Formats: sequence, structure tokens, C-alpha cells
Amino acid sequence: MHELSLAEAILKLVEDASLREPFTRVLQLHLEVGKLAAVEVQALRFALESLAPDTVLAGAELVIDEPAGSAWCLHCSQTVEIVARGEPCPSCGAWGLTPQGGDALCVVDLQVA
Amino acid sequence: MCVVCGCSSPAQNVKEPGGTGLVVDAQTGDLHFGAGAAHVAVPGLSESRAIRIEQDVLGANNRVAQQNRAHFRSHGVRALNLVSSPGSGKTTLLCATIRALQQGHPGVELAVIEGDQQTSNDADRIRATGTPAIQINTGKGCHLDAPMVAQAFARLALHSHAHAHGNGHGHGDDGRGYGHGRHQAPQSLLFIENVGNLVCPALWDLGEDAKVVILSVTEGEDKPVKYPDMFAAAEVMVLTKIDLLPHLEFDVQRCMDYARRVNPDIRILQLSAISGEGMQNWMDWLLLHPDRAASAPQSRVQARIAQLEAELQHLKARQD
Repeated sequence: MHELSLAEAILKLVEDASLREPFTRVLQLHLEVGKLAAVEVQALRFALESLAPDTVLAGAELVIDEPAGSAWCLHCSQTVEIVARGEPCPSCGAWGLTPQGGDALCVVDLQVA
Repeated sequence: MCVVCGCSSPAQNVKEPGGTGLVVDAQTGDLHFGAGAAHVAVPGLSESRAIRIEQDVLGANNRVAQQNRAHFRSHGVRALNLVSSPGSGKTTLLCATIRALQQGHPGVELAVIEGDQQTSNDADRIRATGTPAIQINTGKGCHLDAPMVAQAFARLALHSHAHAHGNGHGHGDDGRGYGHGRHQAPQSLLFIENVGNLVCPALWDLGEDAKVVILSVTEGEDKPVKYPDMFAAAEVMVLTKIDLLPHLEFDVQRCMDYARRVNPDIRILQLSAISGEGMQNWMDWLLLHPDRAASAPQSRVQARIAQLEAELQHLKARQD
């Protein structure tokens, strides 16, 4: 599972931030994981919780926003909301959605002490 | 950074404004909370502060991938990221491709970067064809990432030969620089055979020119809809082992329809590395790859946009 690699990348981002603006621990870690980001959120939580002990993330509350994806339909020309790739258009039922958003995977902000 | 030609820029460190949440005015003694980077004051949490990060988790990988991309292009290398589930026939296809290229296009230099959890079996098979290969063993890892590919590329002769020909910045003397938007055929091909996995490699940009997803007819025609992220990320789908079709109940048309559901513009090639059927089309794509704007058919999305714009113009004209 790649969620462990992603959790390590998140920890690195946070540790780099802790050097730039000194803080010793994170109270809350706020992430955005779009529905089209190809990330299993539960697995990411588990991975972060496994990595956290003895790091700056120890004891941090994890807040994860999961915005829906948006896609443009080739046939009815609507921009529709989707939660997964490979689905027909929820508006007209045809196949041919081009995903445009909702695949972000980023660290939004931190509450630190 | 490449020390010979300086062709890739070092990663830029993002500088974020420093400071704590509290600023004291020296003259008045006024206390200014929320004057730090986040510009947020959160009453009641006097010992804590918010820090805005807004950084893409894969940002570090993607920066290295962009460096790889620039590095490959400036050296006339076309890099392809081959992805599939284990056992689809990637290595067999690579060996057959290499032999065909060595015979038909001996001027094109070849190299392979192999990714597996363990063993150098695949790299050994490639080396037996006379083509250099570097094996990356990921250990417990399930995908290759851009830093691994950067390290492997630095160790390949493809890299140093390109320097010997003076093609440091994509403007070679004979005009064969591959950096000119794919107008000319590449001078060399780098095949990156990713770890066999249809899930994780979709997220990791390696700096490749294109992802090629390889699906064999022994796998089941609905693979594209079962693993949409990978098929959506790929530019080309290669359907392999077609010599076995007479023994299987595999519906090729249905498989192609499934692939186009998740990626309307995916190009599909069918071939057999064993019988040689379809190999010529694959080689043509590898070597010639025309510039999209010039001669390739419009993507379905582009065609639809053009159609809608024409309708809009027509309606506007009727209104006037």
C-alpha cells in the first residue's frame, strides 16, 4: 500500500516546517485528500498514527477534508460532481467524463505548540 | 544537478516567512497576536498557533520528476514508464522490442531501468540482449519514485554518451534535440519497467514522457474499470499475448470499450511479443510519435469543444 509512503512524505513536510518556524509538537494536522486522489483515507490515517509516536506528530489530531471531484461531460457539456473515476455521467448517463478536480493531496495547515 | 552540462536546476526550497505568533511593538509595548506566517489569531489557544502549509504531499517527488523530465529531454532521451500487474509480459515485451530495435534501428540507443521488490532477474534478462539495465530493488516498496529513477539514470551510459555528443541543452548541432516538442524521433529510448502493481504507481510521476499500461489477454477484459486510476493516467494501453486469443474467451472490443470509459483518449495497441504480430505499430509509436497538434487526430475532448464553439458561433450569428 502506498499510503505509508505518503504518510512518510507528510511527516517530512511537517518536520521541515518545524525547523523553519520552530515548534515542538503538532496539535492538529489538517489535510485535504480529494475523492479522486487515489488514496484510501482510512489507510492513510492508520499509516500516520503508526508513524507518529516519538515524532513531532505524536498525539496530533488528524482532520481530513475529502472534497468531491469534478468532471466535464463530453456529451451533455455539464460540469458534474463525481466520487470515482470510471463512472457514467450522473446528469445524462453517458460515458465520457474528463476529471478536472478533486485529486489534490496536500497538507493544508497545522495547529502547533 | 548534472555537473557536466548543468542541465537540471536544483530543487528550489520554498521559503516561508518565519516568526512566532506573537510580535511585540518595541515602542508601545503593544502585543500583536496573529502577526506570524498564518495571520490567524485563535483566541483561547494562547500557547498554540496555526501555520499555513498548503503543500502538495507529492510535491517533493514531483519536483524531482520535473528535473528528470528536463534532463531526459535535453539529452534526447524518450523515457517511458511501463506499468501493469505482475505477469503481464512486460519483460518479455521489452526483450522482443529491444531485439527488433537493434535490428531495425541500430542508431537508437537503448537502456532499461527495472523495478522489483527483490532479485535482479529482470535486469539480467535485459542485459542478456546486450542492452544496459539498472535494477532498482524497492525492498518493501510497491512503486518506483522519481528520486530512485534519477539515481539510476545517473549510472547509465545513456547519460554520459549524450554528454559526449554535446547535447547538453536540447539544442544539438544537428538539430536532433528531442526538446523541440517531439518533432523529431528520439535519439535514445529509456524504458522504465515499474514494479508490477496496477494501483500505486499511478500516483508517482517519474519524469517520463508517457505512461504505457500493459494488459495481457489472460487477465480479464474488465481490468480497466477495476483499476481506473492507472488506465486514466496512461497515454497508451498495450494489449499483449494476443497469440493466445484462440484459446480464451476474451472479448477484445469490450476491453477497449472499458478502457475508453475511464480514458476517452487512450491509444490502444494489440500485439504478441512471441509471434511478432502488432510489433511494428508499437515500434512506430515508440520512434515516430508525431507532434499532436500537427498530424495526430484531435482528442475527443478537443473535438467536442470545437463542436460546441461552432454551435455557439452559429447561435450568436442568428441572434444578431
